[in-house]
Amino acid sequence: MRLLTHNMLQCHVKSCNDPALNFPLQFQEVELEQIEAEENEALLLNLVGKIDWPALVQTTSELGITGLPPTKPDVVKNDPALMKRLHEILLETNVAQGKMVCRGCGHSYPIKDGIPNMLLAEHEI
Amino acid sequence: MASYLPTPDLSHLKSADYHNVYEPAEDSFLLLDALELEAPFLNDQLQPRWCLEVGAGSGIVSTFLAGQVLGSRAVDFGTCFVVTDLNPRALPVTQATWARNGLALHRLHCIQTDFIRGWRPAAQGFDVLVFNPPYVVTSPEEVGSQPRGRGGIDGRQVIDQFLPIVPTILSDRGVFYLVLIEQNRPQEIISIMRDQYGLLGSIVAQRKAGIEYLYIVKFSRDTSTT
Ligand SMILES: C[S@@+](CC[C@H](N)C(=O)[O-])C[C@H]1O[C@@H](n2cnc3c(N)ncnc32)[C@H](O)[C@@H]1O
Ligand SMILES: [Zn+2]
Repeated sequence: MRLLTHNMLQCHVKSCNDPALNFPLQFQEVELEQIEAEENEALLLNLVGKIDWPALVQTTSELGITGLPPTKPDVVKNDPALMKRLHEILLETNVAQGKMVCRGCGHSYPIKDGIPNMLLAEHEI
Repeated sequence: MASYLPTPDLSHLKSADYHNVYEPAEDSFLLLDALELEAPFLNDQLQPRWCLEVGAGSGIVSTFLAGQVLGSRAVDFGTCFVVTDLNPRALPVTQATWARNGLALHRLHCIQTDFIRGWRPAAQGFDVLVFNPPYVVTSPEEVGSQPRGRGGIDGRQVIDQFLPIVPTILSDRGVFYLVLIEQNRPQEIISIMRDQYGLLGSIVAQRKAGIEYLYIVKFSRDTSTT
Protein backbone atom coordinates (compact mmCIF):
# COMPACT_ATOMS: atom_id res chain seq x y z
CA MET A 1 0.00 0.00 0.00
CA ARG A 2 1.06 3.56 -0.61
CA LEU A 3 1.73 5.67 2.46
CA LEU A 4 -1.41 7.63 1.61
CA THR A 5 -3.63 4.68 2.47
CA HIS A 6 -2.30 4.64 6.03
CA ASN A 7 -3.51 8.22 6.53
CA MET A 8 -7.06 7.08 5.72
CA LEU A 9 -7.20 4.19 8.19
CA GLN A 10 -7.91 4.04 11.90
CA CYS A 11 -8.50 1.39 14.52
CA HIS A 12 -12.13 0.32 14.52
CA VAL A 13 -12.22 -2.10 17.44
CA LYS A 14 -15.56 -1.33 19.06
CA SER A 15 -14.28 -0.47 22.54
CA CYS A 16 -11.44 1.62 21.11
CA ASN A 17 -12.96 5.02 20.51
CA ASP A 18 -10.53 7.60 21.85
CA PRO A 19 -9.82 9.70 18.76
CA ALA A 20 -6.52 10.79 20.25
CA LEU A 21 -5.31 7.18 20.29
CA ASN A 22 -7.03 5.19 17.54
CA PHE A 23 -5.44 7.30 14.79
CA PRO A 24 -2.85 7.35 13.32
CA LEU A 25 -1.89 3.70 13.62
CA GLN A 26 1.76 3.14 14.41
CA PHE A 27 3.88 1.38 11.82
CA GLN A 28 6.02 -1.47 13.10
CA GLU A 29 8.51 -3.73 11.35
CA VAL A 30 7.77 -2.11 8.03
CA GLU A 31 9.52 -2.75 4.77
CA LEU A 32 9.40 0.37 2.63
CA GLU A 33 10.20 0.74 -1.05
CA GLN A 34 10.02 3.59 -3.54
CA ILE A 35 8.00 2.92 -6.67
CA GLU A 36 8.08 5.62 -9.29
CA ALA A 37 4.68 7.05 -10.24
CA GLU A 38 3.64 9.68 -12.75
CA GLU A 39 3.08 13.07 -11.16
CA ASN A 40 -0.45 14.41 -11.36
CA GLU A 41 -1.28 17.76 -9.86
CA ALA A 42 -5.04 17.17 -9.77
CA LEU A 43 -4.60 13.90 -7.93
CA LEU A 44 -2.19 15.40 -5.43
CA LEU A 45 -4.44 18.36 -4.67
CA ASN A 46 -7.35 15.97 -4.28
CA LEU A 47 -5.33 14.00 -1.72
CA VAL A 48 -4.13 17.07 0.13
CA GLY A 49 -7.81 17.90 0.68
CA LYS A 50 -8.36 14.60 2.44
CA ILE A 51 -5.20 13.89 4.38
CA ASP A 52 -4.83 14.59 8.06
CA TRP A 53 -1.67 16.71 8.09
CA PRO A 54 -0.61 16.28 11.74
CA ALA A 55 -0.97 12.50 11.40
CA LEU A 56 1.10 12.53 8.24
CA VAL A 57 3.83 14.60 9.90
CA GLN A 58 3.85 12.31 12.94
CA THR A 59 3.99 9.15 10.84
CA THR A 60 6.68 10.33 8.48
CA SER A 61 8.85 11.48 11.36
CA GLU A 62 8.44 8.08 13.04
CA LEU A 63 9.59 6.48 9.80
CA GLY A 64 12.52 8.88 9.47
CA ILE A 65 11.06 10.54 6.38
CA THR A 66 11.75 14.28 6.26
CA GLY A 67 10.77 17.30 4.23
CA LEU A 68 7.27 18.19 5.42
CA PRO A 69 6.41 21.42 7.23
CA PRO A 70 4.85 20.79 10.67
CA THR A 71 1.65 22.60 9.72
CA LYS A 72 -0.20 22.44 6.46
CA PRO A 73 0.62 25.44 4.27
CA ASP A 74 -2.40 27.45 3.13
CA VAL A 75 -1.63 26.95 -0.53
CA VAL A 76 0.27 23.79 -1.28
CA LYS A 77 -0.19 24.29 -5.00
CA ASN A 78 2.20 27.25 -5.24
CA ASP A 79 5.10 25.33 -3.75
CA PRO A 80 6.52 22.99 -6.42
CA ALA A 81 9.17 21.55 -4.08
CA LEU A 82 6.54 20.62 -1.51
CA MET A 83 4.25 19.18 -4.20
CA LYS A 84 7.11 16.99 -5.36
CA ARG A 85 7.94 15.85 -1.84
CA LEU A 86 4.27 15.05 -1.15
CA HIS A 87 4.12 13.02 -4.34
CA GLU A 88 7.18 11.04 -3.28
CA ILE A 89 5.84 10.47 0.21
CA LEU A 90 2.17 9.77 -0.42
CA LEU A 91 2.20 8.05 -3.79
CA GLU A 92 5.67 6.64 -4.34
CA THR A 93 6.42 5.26 -0.88
CA ASN A 94 5.06 1.73 -0.74
CA VAL A 95 4.69 -0.32 2.40
CA ALA A 96 5.38 -3.85 1.25
CA GLN A 97 5.22 -5.65 4.60
CA GLY A 98 4.72 -4.80 8.23
CA LYS A 99 1.97 -3.97 10.62
CA MET A 100 -0.01 -1.02 11.89
CA VAL A 101 -0.53 -1.07 15.64
CA CYS A 102 -3.21 0.87 17.50
CA ARG A 103 -1.87 3.21 20.22
CA GLY A 104 -5.16 2.84 22.08
CA CYS A 105 -5.90 -0.87 22.32
CA GLY A 106 -2.76 -2.44 20.88
CA HIS A 107 -4.57 -4.20 18.04
CA SER A 108 -2.19 -5.05 15.23
CA TYR A 109 -3.33 -4.78 11.61
CA PRO A 110 -0.99 -6.73 9.32
CA ILE A 111 0.22 -5.56 5.91
CA LYS A 112 1.08 -8.47 3.65
CA ASP A 113 2.40 -8.04 0.13
CA GLY A 114 1.27 -4.44 0.24
CA ILE A 115 -2.32 -5.17 1.30
CA PRO A 116 -3.49 -3.95 4.72
CA ASN A 117 -5.83 -6.27 6.56
CA MET A 118 -8.38 -4.33 8.59
CA LEU A 119 -10.59 -7.32 9.43
CA LEU A 120 -11.43 -7.84 13.08
CA ALA A 121 -12.49 -10.92 14.99
CA GLU A 122 -16.21 -11.23 15.77
CA HIS A 123 -15.79 -10.16 19.42
CA GLU A 124 -13.92 -6.97 18.50
CA ILE A 125 -16.65 -5.57 16.24
CA MET B 1 -28.00 -3.79 -25.01
CA ALA B 2 -24.63 -3.96 -26.73
CA SER B 3 -21.51 -2.93 -24.92
CA TYR B 4 -19.37 -0.55 -26.92
CA LEU B 5 -16.51 0.04 -24.56
CA PRO B 6 -14.16 -2.95 -24.56
CA THR B 7 -14.37 -5.09 -21.44
CA PRO B 8 -11.14 -5.28 -19.44
CA ASP B 9 -8.47 -7.79 -20.43
CA LEU B 10 -8.61 -10.67 -17.94
CA SER B 11 -6.45 -13.06 -19.92
CA HIS B 12 -3.90 -13.15 -17.08
CA LEU B 13 -6.45 -15.01 -14.92
CA LYS B 14 -6.62 -18.77 -15.26
CA SER B 15 -9.37 -21.14 -14.19
CA ALA B 16 -7.39 -21.93 -11.01
CA ASP B 17 -7.68 -18.24 -10.02
CA TYR B 18 -11.44 -18.54 -10.23
CA HIS B 19 -11.45 -21.21 -7.54
CA ASN B 20 -10.45 -18.44 -5.17
CA VAL B 21 -11.89 -15.28 -6.71
CA TYR B 22 -15.32 -14.57 -8.17
CA GLU B 23 -15.34 -15.14 -11.91
CA PRO B 24 -17.12 -12.30 -13.73
CA ALA B 25 -20.58 -13.43 -14.74
CA GLU B 26 -23.80 -11.89 -16.10
CA ASP B 27 -24.18 -9.76 -12.97
CA SER B 28 -20.71 -8.27 -13.45
CA PHE B 29 -21.38 -7.63 -17.15
CA LEU B 30 -24.73 -5.96 -16.52
CA LEU B 31 -22.96 -3.69 -14.03
CA LEU B 32 -20.39 -2.79 -16.69
CA ASP B 33 -23.21 -2.01 -19.14
CA ALA B 34 -24.91 0.19 -16.55
CA LEU B 35 -21.67 2.09 -15.86
CA GLU B 36 -21.22 2.55 -19.59
CA LEU B 37 -24.74 4.00 -19.86
CA GLU B 38 -23.86 6.29 -16.99
CA ALA B 39 -20.62 7.46 -18.62
CA PRO B 40 -21.99 10.83 -19.82
CA PHE B 41 -23.36 11.58 -16.35
CA LEU B 42 -20.16 10.45 -14.63
CA ASN B 43 -17.81 12.33 -16.94
CA ASP B 44 -19.75 15.51 -17.61
CA GLN B 45 -21.70 16.07 -14.41
CA LEU B 46 -20.34 14.13 -11.49
CA GLN B 47 -16.61 14.20 -12.30
CA PRO B 48 -15.84 11.94 -9.34
CA ARG B 49 -12.75 12.46 -7.17
CA TRP B 50 -13.17 9.41 -4.95
CA CYS B 51 -14.60 6.07 -6.07
CA LEU B 52 -15.12 2.99 -3.92
CA GLU B 53 -15.90 -0.52 -4.98
CA VAL B 54 -16.86 -2.90 -2.20
CA GLY B 55 -16.29 -6.55 -3.10
CA ALA B 56 -13.71 -6.10 -5.87
CA GLY B 57 -13.41 -9.77 -6.85
CA SER B 58 -11.35 -10.02 -10.04
CA GLY B 59 -11.15 -6.23 -10.31
CA ILE B 60 -13.13 -6.18 -13.55
CA VAL B 61 -15.53 -3.46 -12.40
CA SER B 62 -13.01 -1.02 -10.93
CA THR B 63 -10.76 -1.52 -13.96
CA PHE B 64 -13.67 -0.78 -16.29
CA LEU B 65 -14.70 2.28 -14.31
CA ALA B 66 -11.16 3.67 -14.10
CA GLY B 67 -9.90 2.60 -17.50
CA GLN B 68 -12.87 2.69 -19.83
CA VAL B 69 -15.72 4.72 -18.36
CA LEU B 70 -13.64 7.56 -16.92
CA GLY B 71 -10.45 6.78 -18.82
CA SER B 72 -8.20 9.77 -19.29
CA ARG B 73 -10.78 11.95 -17.55
CA ALA B 74 -9.93 10.16 -14.29
CA VAL B 75 -6.40 11.48 -14.69
CA ASP B 76 -7.71 15.01 -15.33
CA PHE B 77 -10.03 14.84 -12.33
CA GLY B 78 -7.29 13.34 -10.14
CA THR B 79 -9.65 10.51 -9.27
CA CYS B 80 -8.66 8.08 -6.54
CA PHE B 81 -10.02 4.54 -6.40
CA VAL B 82 -10.50 2.46 -3.27
CA VAL B 83 -11.43 -1.20 -3.44
CA THR B 84 -12.14 -3.62 -0.64
CA ASP B 85 -12.88 -7.30 -0.31
CA LEU B 86 -13.23 -9.74 2.57
CA ASN B 87 -11.40 -12.27 0.47
CA PRO B 88 -7.64 -11.56 0.64
CA ARG B 89 -7.07 -13.24 -2.73
CA ALA B 90 -9.26 -10.73 -4.52
CA LEU B 91 -6.96 -7.79 -3.84
CA PRO B 92 -3.71 -8.93 -5.51
CA VAL B 93 -5.86 -10.18 -8.38
CA THR B 94 -7.47 -6.75 -8.68
CA GLN B 95 -4.03 -5.11 -8.72
CA ALA B 96 -2.93 -7.52 -11.43
CA THR B 97 -6.04 -6.70 -13.46
CA TRP B 98 -5.33 -2.99 -13.17
CA ALA B 99 -1.72 -3.49 -14.24
CA ARG B 100 -2.73 -5.79 -17.09
CA ASN B 101 -4.97 -3.06 -18.40
CA GLY B 102 -2.29 -0.40 -18.20
CA LEU B 103 -3.68 1.44 -15.17
CA ALA B 104 -1.37 3.09 -12.65
CA LEU B 105 -1.46 1.36 -9.27
CA HIS B 106 -0.72 4.47 -7.21
CA ARG B 107 -4.30 5.58 -7.87
CA LEU B 108 -5.69 2.34 -6.45
CA HIS B 109 -6.02 1.65 -2.74
CA CYS B 110 -6.72 -1.98 -1.88
CA ILE B 111 -7.89 -2.90 1.59
CA GLN B 112 -8.90 -6.24 3.00
CA THR B 113 -11.91 -5.43 5.12
CA ASP B 114 -15.62 -5.83 5.70
CA PHE B 115 -17.34 -3.20 3.51
CA ILE B 116 -15.10 -0.16 4.24
CA ARG B 117 -14.60 -0.65 7.98
CA GLY B 118 -11.42 0.95 9.27
CA TRP B 119 -11.58 3.90 6.86
CA ARG B 120 -11.52 7.13 8.86
CA PRO B 121 -14.99 8.72 9.02
CA ALA B 122 -13.54 12.18 8.38
CA ALA B 123 -11.96 10.91 5.16
CA GLN B 124 -15.18 9.45 3.82
CA GLY B 125 -17.32 10.99 1.14
CA PHE B 126 -17.21 8.82 -1.94
CA ASP B 127 -18.62 10.24 -5.15
CA VAL B 128 -19.11 6.84 -6.74
CA LEU B 129 -19.88 3.73 -4.74
CA VAL B 130 -20.30 0.34 -6.42
CA PHE B 131 -21.25 -2.99 -4.90
CA ASN B 132 -22.05 -6.25 -6.62
CA PRO B 133 -22.90 -8.10 -3.41
CA PRO B 134 -23.36 -11.75 -2.63
CA TYR B 135 -27.06 -11.71 -3.53
CA VAL B 136 -27.83 -15.40 -4.09
CA VAL B 137 -30.53 -16.90 -1.87
CA THR B 138 -28.92 -19.51 0.40
CA SER B 139 -29.29 -20.82 3.92
CA PRO B 140 -28.20 -18.26 6.54
CA GLU B 141 -25.28 -20.47 7.62
CA GLU B 142 -23.68 -20.15 4.22
CA VAL B 143 -23.18 -16.37 4.32
CA GLY B 144 -19.52 -15.58 4.03
CA SER B 145 -16.69 -14.69 1.76
CA GLN B 146 -16.69 -17.62 -0.62
CA PRO B 147 -15.81 -16.49 -4.12
CA ARG B 148 -19.30 -17.52 -5.24
CA GLY B 149 -21.67 -15.05 -3.64
CA ARG B 150 -23.93 -16.31 -0.87
CA GLY B 151 -26.52 -13.95 0.46
CA GLY B 152 -28.49 -15.97 3.02
CA ILE B 153 -32.24 -15.47 3.45
CA ASP B 154 -33.71 -13.78 0.35
CA GLY B 155 -30.09 -13.09 -0.59
CA ARG B 156 -30.42 -10.04 1.63
CA GLN B 157 -28.16 -10.68 4.61
CA VAL B 158 -25.05 -8.92 3.33
CA ILE B 159 -27.03 -6.27 1.43
CA ASP B 160 -29.07 -5.34 4.52
CA GLN B 161 -25.92 -4.90 6.58
CA PHE B 162 -24.51 -2.54 4.00
CA LEU B 163 -27.55 -0.29 3.41
CA PRO B 164 -27.22 1.72 6.67
CA ILE B 165 -23.54 2.37 5.89
CA VAL B 166 -24.28 3.89 2.48
CA PRO B 167 -25.57 7.31 3.61
CA THR B 168 -22.59 7.70 5.95
CA ILE B 169 -19.97 7.17 3.24
CA LEU B 170 -21.58 8.82 0.23
CA SER B 171 -20.51 12.39 -0.57
CA ASP B 172 -23.25 15.00 -0.96
CA ARG B 173 -23.35 14.50 -4.70
CA GLY B 174 -22.43 10.84 -4.52
CA VAL B 175 -24.11 7.98 -6.37
CA PHE B 176 -24.33 4.33 -5.42
CA TYR B 177 -24.73 1.49 -7.95
CA LEU B 178 -26.02 -1.77 -6.50
CA VAL B 179 -26.55 -5.14 -8.20
CA LEU B 180 -29.72 -6.98 -7.16
CA ILE B 181 -31.84 -9.88 -8.29
CA GLU B 182 -35.63 -10.17 -8.22
CA GLN B 183 -35.56 -12.35 -5.05
CA ASN B 184 -33.82 -9.51 -3.16
CA ARG B 185 -37.00 -7.41 -3.72
CA PRO B 186 -35.46 -4.33 -5.36
CA GLN B 187 -38.59 -2.20 -4.84
CA GLU B 188 -38.52 -2.88 -1.12
CA ILE B 189 -34.83 -1.88 -0.98
CA ILE B 190 -35.62 1.32 -2.89
CA SER B 191 -38.35 2.12 -0.30
CA ILE B 192 -36.01 1.44 2.64
CA MET B 193 -33.35 3.69 1.17
CA ARG B 194 -35.84 6.49 0.56
CA ASP B 195 -37.73 6.30 3.85
CA GLN B 196 -34.84 5.60 6.21
CA TYR B 197 -31.85 7.24 4.54
CA GLY B 198 -33.24 9.86 2.15
CA LEU B 199 -31.65 8.22 -0.86
CA LEU B 200 -33.61 8.03 -4.09
CA GLY B 201 -33.26 4.86 -6.13
CA SER B 202 -33.97 4.08 -9.75
CA ILE B 203 -33.31 1.08 -11.95
CA VAL B 204 -30.69 1.92 -14.58
CA ALA B 205 -30.36 -1.53 -16.16
CA GLN B 206 -32.10 -4.90 -15.95
CA ARG B 207 -31.74 -8.20 -17.72
CA LYS B 208 -32.86 -11.79 -17.51
CA ALA B 209 -29.83 -14.08 -17.36
CA GLY B 210 -30.63 -17.78 -17.06
CA ILE B 211 -32.74 -18.23 -13.96
CA GLU B 212 -31.81 -14.82 -12.54
CA TYR B 213 -33.52 -11.52 -13.20
CA LEU B 214 -30.83 -8.93 -12.57
CA TYR B 215 -31.14 -5.24 -11.74
CA ILE B 216 -28.72 -2.38 -11.36
CA VAL B 217 -30.17 0.23 -9.03
CA LYS B 218 -28.68 3.70 -8.74
CA PHE B 219 -29.13 5.71 -5.54
CA SER B 220 -28.43 9.37 -4.86
CA ARG B 221 -29.35 11.86 -2.18
CA ASP B 222 -32.80 13.38 -2.29
CA THR B 223 -31.90 17.05 -2.63
CA SER B 224 -35.49 18.20 -3.03
CA THR B 225 -36.19 18.09 0.71
CA THR B 226 -33.01 19.67 2.04
C1 LIG C 1 -20.65 -11.20 -6.59
S1 LIG C 1 -18.90 -10.98 -6.23
C2 LIG C 1 -18.55 -9.53 -7.24
C3 LIG C 1 -17.12 -9.45 -7.73
C4 LIG C 1 -16.84 -8.37 -8.76
N1 LIG C 1 -17.10 -7.03 -8.21
C5 LIG C 1 -17.69 -8.59 -9.99
O1 LIG C 1 -18.66 -7.82 -10.17
O2 LIG C 1 -17.39 -9.50 -10.76
C6 LIG C 1 -18.99 -10.35 -4.56
C7 LIG C 1 -17.64 -9.99 -3.93
O3 LIG C 1 -17.88 -9.34 -2.68
C8 LIG C 1 -17.01 -9.83 -1.70
N2 LIG C 1 -17.67 -9.59 -0.41
C9 LIG C 1 -18.71 -10.26 0.14
N3 LIG C 1 -19.07 -9.70 1.31
C10 LIG C 1 -18.24 -8.64 1.50
C11 LIG C 1 -18.10 -7.67 2.54
N4 LIG C 1 -18.88 -7.68 3.62
N5 LIG C 1 -17.14 -6.73 2.42
C12 LIG C 1 -16.32 -6.71 1.34
N6 LIG C 1 -16.42 -7.60 0.33
C13 LIG C 1 -17.36 -8.55 0.41
C14 LIG C 1 -16.80 -11.28 -2.08
O4 LIG C 1 -15.60 -11.80 -1.51
C15 LIG C 1 -16.75 -11.18 -3.61
O5 LIG C 1 -15.46 -10.92 -4.07
ZN1 LIG D 1 -7.59 0.31 18.88
